[in-house]
Formats: sequence, structure tokens, C-alpha cells
Amino acid sequence: MNGEKRILLEYADKINPEKAEDYIKVGGYKGLEKARKMKPKQIIEEVKKSKLRGRGGAGFSTGMKWSFVPEHAPVKYVVCNLDEGEPGTYKDRIICEKNAQALLEGMAICALAIGAKKGYIYCRGEYPHIVRLLNNAIESAKKAGVLEDFDIEVRMGAGAYVCGEETALIESIEGKRGEPRFKPPFPGVEGLWGVPTVVNNVETFACIPYILTHGAEWFASIGAPDYPGTKVLTLTGDINNPTYFEVPTDYLLSDVIYKLGGGIKGGRKLKAVQVGGSSGAFIPPENIHTSIDFDSMSRIGASLGSGAVFVLDETRDIVDVATRIAKFFEHESCGKCNPCREGTFRMYEMMQRINAGRGSEEDLENILVLSRVMQKASLCGLGQAAPIPIETTIKHFREDYMRKLM
Amino acid sequence: MITLTIDGKRVTVPKGTSLLDACRIAGADIPTLCHDPELSLAGSCRMCVVEVAGRRNLIASCVTPAEEGMQVETESEAVIEARRIILELLLARHKLECHVCERDGDCKLQDYCYRYGVKDSRFKGEEPHFYKEDPNPFIERDYDKCIMCTKCIRACAEITGAFAINLKNRGHNAVISTAFDLGLKDSTCVFCGQCIMVCPVGSLVSKVEKGRGRTYQTEKVRTVCTYCGTGCTLELKVLNDRVVGVNSIRDEKLSPANRGALCVKGRFGWDFIDSPERLKEPLVRKNGELMPVSWEEALDYTAKRLKEVKEKWGSDSIAVFTSARTTNEENYLLQKLARAVIGTNNIDHCARL
Amino acid sequence: MGKSYAEIIMPYKDKKGGLIEAFHALQREFNYIPEEALKEAARIFKIPESKAYGVATFYSHFSVEKRGKYIIRMCESAPCHVAGAGEVLKALEQYLGIKVGETTPDGKFTLELCECVGQCQAIPVITINDDVVLSVSPERIPEILKKYE
Repeated sequence: MNGEKRILLEYADKINPEKAEDYIKVGGYKGLEKARKMKPKQIIEEVKKSKLRGRGGAGFSTGMKWSFVPEHAPVKYVVCNLDEGEPGTYKDRIICEKNAQALLEGMAICALAIGAKKGYIYCRGEYPHIVRLLNNAIESAKKAGVLEDFDIEVRMGAGAYVCGEETALIESIEGKRGEPRFKPPFPGVEGLWGVPTVVNNVETFACIPYILTHGAEWFASIGAPDYPGTKVLTLTGDINNPTYFEVPTDYLLSDVIYKLGGGIKGGRKLKAVQVGGSSGAFIPPENIHTSIDFDSMSRIGASLGSGAVFVLDETRDIVDVATRIAKFFEHESCGKCNPCREGTFRMYEMMQRINAGRGSEEDLENILVLSRVMQKASLCGLGQAAPIPIETTIKHFREDYMRKLM
Repeated sequence: MITLTIDGKRVTVPKGTSLLDACRIAGADIPTLCHDPELSLAGSCRMCVVEVAGRRNLIASCVTPAEEGMQVETESEAVIEARRIILELLLARHKLECHVCERDGDCKLQDYCYRYGVKDSRFKGEEPHFYKEDPNPFIERDYDKCIMCTKCIRACAEITGAFAINLKNRGHNAVISTAFDLGLKDSTCVFCGQCIMVCPVGSLVSKVEKGRGRTYQTEKVRTVCTYCGTGCTLELKVLNDRVVGVNSIRDEKLSPANRGALCVKGRFGWDFIDSPERLKEPLVRKNGELMPVSWEEALDYTAKRLKEVKEKWGSDSIAVFTSARTTNEENYLLQKLARAVIGTNNIDHCARL
Repeated sequence: MGKSYAEIIMPYKDKKGGLIEAFHALQREFNYIPEEALKEAARIFKIPESKAYGVATFYSHFSVEKRGKYIIRMCESAPCHVAGAGEVLKALEQYLGIKVGETTPDGKFTLELCECVGQCQAIPVITINDDVVLSVSPERIPEILKKYE
């Protein structure tokens, strides 16, 4: 036993995710049935009590998010964020491929809680097969009658990481350039087409049916007390088992690498691990005996983020990896705000210089100043997070940088 | 009402006031590049950031409502550092040629670099490559100086309604562009020049004014545009007794009809003033040749001929055609003349054509 | 072909914000968004052409330039990068005789770089139109591309 705990993925490959009947046979749509007998406020209370926090990366209380939606607004929307773009992340795809009906049920429960009649799933353009899968799944759920008058439409993105940011995602559904909006107003008050909108990640929605079915206390008792439940992780890099796992949130990062991951390839030593995708911090080996939950990760200056775990062995050139990550952000910045548009561009320029052996110590200092300002002054999470991998590699692996300087 | 503390000063402002306005009420001078009170908010230049106690990040004051009890620092160390770095980032993409720039002395980037002592950019690297060759006669588009405030896009859409320009591409490759990146004359541009009016730097300039005198060198004369009866206020830039350009006056009290907005004629069509071809006195054709005469003679002649025509061919053989260059009152009088004196309803106006 | 631009776009007309869906539909037909098609879309959705053009140029999957029949996208994000994406890319360029961003003279293949496509269980990854090809190595390229030639 490797310590996995499967809730969302319990019936992976045992049921057809497109078929509502399959899901119903294993207990599906019970949560929705229960929710229909509850008052909206009771549903929100139950979700609050479960202490479920957003699985997209920000870790905000889901029940709280739902409670911000004004009760009496005539039109409201439920939006599912399936734009997972963090490099090394594919857990939302796996959840859809294994258990798409749970996502639909979660959205339907949210719709009851906030009083919405329409939902959108924003699926990244890289997953056309998931768009087809979801459309079939929705069709099947409609035929089975479980969604009643709740309508779900799938929209496909077109290659823009920034659309994982909830307000950029909303802009994109509206058929516009995916540029983030300033907040406030938050989507809960003024979202899609200006009306109250709840935007949650696939994994967050997929947790909801189980919370309703088995009760908030049950969910709250799993994993880390302040970030309970399970988390689907995807492992990449120099690891023996580069695959996905679902673990309780108090699972140790070291166990992710050495138990689930089967250790480092070729029996080599760990150089660093980056958790949460390209926007995540790099964690040195001395910090890996930490629980993966949101708060424990924060305490070591990292973030759980999307749950991607990117492992580098001792032979890896971390400056080269960080340079590649700088290129990612330069490519994905939407260009709206100055710190991010110009910052990601200049960051990549300086990193290329250093990586090519033409950088100076001054470049390194300039990167750190720029990094500070981008984190504090950028408009959205992209620009705020972009410098983190660079900053943390300089912090933990300064000697690797020094070796490359002129 | 909401009470908050800004730089140690307690201010009370109505609910819904932006933090930017609250700061200004408190006497703080907040720099802005993308903010314009007449345009929708962008919140993108991040120059107006301030530090709010208890907030992890700096807050863009233009898009944040003032809240009860906020403790705000408008020139904290972190704020100044952010503004300096943003200016350096912009300088690194801005073609620096103040010595030949039309907007020297009237440029927000220059002003803020001066204010924050930003001499040079530590981020200099790849040079800008956004200059747009555009052979139209009015607007030069040197996006090598563009700082991406997007005010031109918003002014084009929200003041003029032409929607000629928008952003093309994303990230560092984003640039102001017409559809298909065509020249302005192949777009929906109406050459009103509102984009020039709102541009905070020398990225958009009037080709008609180029090289003829910078704002600080010229005397300003506020006047009313003579092209039509709308009554747009404009400000003439005068150098050595010659008009060398036109500025917008955006103050609602000084420019009530147009708040700075102009049309292609008002903004770019002032070259008639010193044109040698300009008519300065009435002309009457005598023996096949146009001869200058006094106004008295010209009017007498016109009245006489009108009378003759009316007597010989009847009132309806005369038609009166009035002009948009005259006021509504003058147009009213002309129709009165046509109907009551000449006795015809044959009256029309050039704006109908 | 047969279908007119308007016929391709019209099914999305009444979808709120359906412009992006219409662009996808155009690309399924042409692999890029032709100028006249974009104008037609702007007209049908009643938005300025400058806005439609802004949207088309924002997303990396959309192109306003003609592209090949098959678009090969090489993932170059950090995990694929350490798994050897660089060598695969070189091999692709060599095999196709084009650089990133170019199209083969016969109009068959366009080579693009992309970021993570979410298929990180077996990397490096390339995509060819909607197909995902896992565990790509320089040696496998001829065999992989044969299917499309």
C-alpha cells in the first residue's frame, strides 16, 4: 500500500465517465439528490463546514466563495475552470477522463446553492478530446434526468495560460481577449456578463458530491485539518513513476517522491522539487519532509498550486530550467500590465544572459529587485507568481548561478 | 461617507470614491499613465500603486474603492521602488529621443522619471521594434515610444466610437493595431486625433504640427473652432504670431461643447489661417473677372440681383443654401430671410448632403 | 471546401460570446483564420474588425497567417524541456527542413512551439493537429510523421 486515498478517482477505469448510469450505479448523484432537499443556505453551510478549499491553486474557502453571491440577483452562473495550464499538470484532465460525472454533479449542487440555471465549463484548447467527452457526459446526464433544469455548456480555450486566471477566463468565455480584470469587483458579485458568477476548479467541484453524500464532518476528517480532503498530484521529471496519484492532503512531499514516485531515476540524488507547476517555488531537499497541504507548503515558502510535482535530480542544471520557465512566462503574459508584460520579457532576457555565461552579479541583483516589484505590483496572479521560481532558485541554489556568471 | 487615513491624514469621502481620488483629496500627488477620468478604467500601468496596511500586495489606487478605516501610504519605500522599476521597464522599451521629440516638456514619462530620479534603465536589452509606417497625412504612429497605456484604444472606442484600433498579439509582442495591421486610412479611423489628445508620451503626434514648435515654446490662445456651429473649444499654439498647432482643452468648464474632443478639421485643418489662397475680402465678377470690393458694395450688389431675379422669375426661382460653418442662430435668420423676405421655401443646409 | 465563411460562422451566432467558438470552427476548416472570414465573423457578431482581430491574435492556437495542413506543436515547457524537447525540436526542424514558425513548401506541415499540453505522463510530447504523440525521441520522428505524409 502506497498510502493513496482515492475518493474522486475511486472508480477510475471501472466506470465510463461519459455515462451517468455508470456513475449512478456506484453512488453518483446522491449528493445532488440530497442537495435538492436542502435550502441553498444549508448547502453552503455544509460546504463551509467541510472546510473544502479551492483546488486550483489559491486555496480559498469554497463555501465562503459561494456565500458571496448575492441571493436575489436574477441571473447567476456557475463556471468550471478546466484551463489547467501549469506545466506538468494534468490532474483535471484525469478527473474528467475518470470521473466526469462527479464534476457535473458538483456544478449542479453549486447551482442549487447559489441559484444558477446555467453553467459553463471552460476547457483548455489543448484538450479537444475532453470537450467531446464532457459533451457526451452532459448529454447522458440530461437523458438520465439528473441535472433537471440546470444547463451546462462547454467552451474551448485557444492556447492561453492566463485564461486559468478566473477573470481572464470569464473574458474568454465572453469571446474577448483573455486579459484579467482588476478586482474588486470579484466574480461572485460581477462576473460573467456582469452577473454574479462562481468560478471553481474541476477538482473543487468534483469534491462537492462526496461532501454532500458522506457529510462535511467526514470530509473535514480526511488529511490536513485546515486543508482537508484529498489532492490529485501529477509527477514529472526525474522520477521512476511519472504518473498521477490521489493522496490525503497531509501526505508528505518526501513520500510523494520516494514512495509514490518510486524515487529518483537511476538512483540519483534529489536536486530540487517544484510543486504547483511553473509558477511554484523550487524546494531544496532539506525541506521535502513537509505535508503537501496548502498551509504547510506556504510555511516553507512554497505553494501546493495545481498539485504538479516536478522533480530534478542532482545532475540537472537548475539555471537552465529556471531560464526555460522564464521563457514560459514571457510567452504567456497577456501584456496588460506593465510589471508583467515588460518584467517577464526582461526577466527572460537576463536569465538567458546568465544561462549562456554572459551574465553578471548585477544581473542577479536586478532580477531580485524586479522579482520583488512584479510580485507586489502586477495586476494578476500570473505576474505575481512568475518570478517565484527564479527567486527561489537564486535563494536555494545561488552557487549554481554564481558558477555561470562571467 | 467613508473615513480613511492617507499619509497620516484623515479624510472623509463619499462611498464609492476611488482610492486615487481619495488620495488626491488628501493632497497626495499620485502618478498615473493609463488613468483618464473620461475613459473606462484599465488598472494596467500600475504607477498609481499605494501601500495599504494589512495587504500583501501594493494596490492600484485607480481601480480600488476607498474603504472605511484604510491606512494608506502613497510614497512608502515599496511604492517608490515599484514606480521606479516600472519606469525603468518602460524606459527600456521607449525610444529615447527627447531632444527631437514633439512631446519634450509635455510628457508624463519624462515628468515621472524626473520626479523619481530615473536616469537610465537597468533593464536595457532588446530595443523596441514597433514603429508603424503609416502614410496617412495626419497621425504619426511611433510605437517605439508607446508605453501601452491603451488610452488611445479607449478614446477611439469610447469618445469617438470609431473602433479603429485595438491590441494585436499578447505579452511583450502586444502592440496597438488596426484590424489586419493596416494603415489608418484603410481602417475605420476618422482622423479625429483623440488618440493624440490622450497619448501621455510622444508615441502619437500630429504630422501637421511636427517640428513647428513644442507646447512649452508656444503661446496658447483659447478660441472656438470656426468650422461648424458646434462650438468646439480649442487652443491654438502660437509661435511668432503664426498658428503652429492645436491643443485640446479637456476642462469641462473651459470646453463645454466638446471637452477636448475634435474632428479632423478642427484638429488638423488649421493651415488655411496663413494660406496665401485664403479669401480675405468679398469678390464680385466684373467684365468676367473677380474683383475685390467692399462689403457694402458686395451686399448691395447681392440684394439688387436677388430682387431682379425675384421680379423676373418669381420667388421660387431662388434657393438658399446655408452652411454648417454658421451657427444655428445664423441659419435660423437665413431661413427667415428666405421665407419672409424672398418668399420661398427653397432652403437647405450642407449638413444634409 | 464548399462551405462559405458565413455558413461556418452562423451556427455560433446566437451563442453569447461565441466568437472564439466560430474561430475554432474556421480553423477546423482552414487551419487558420482567413482575412475575409475574420471580417465576416466581425460582421455576424456585430463587433468592430479591430476587436475580432485583437482576439484572433491573442490566442496562440489561432493564426491569421496561412498554415500547413498539419500543425506540429512541440511542447517546450519545463518537464518536456528536461526530458529532451530541445533535441526533438532540432530533429523536427532537420527532418522537415523548416524552422519554428515556418511551413513546409508543400503546405503540409507547420512547426510551432507550445507550452504544456497536459500529457506529461510520457514526455517529450508533440501534438499534430488534435493528435497527441507521447514519448517522442529524435529517432522516432520519421515513423511518426509518415502517417501524415
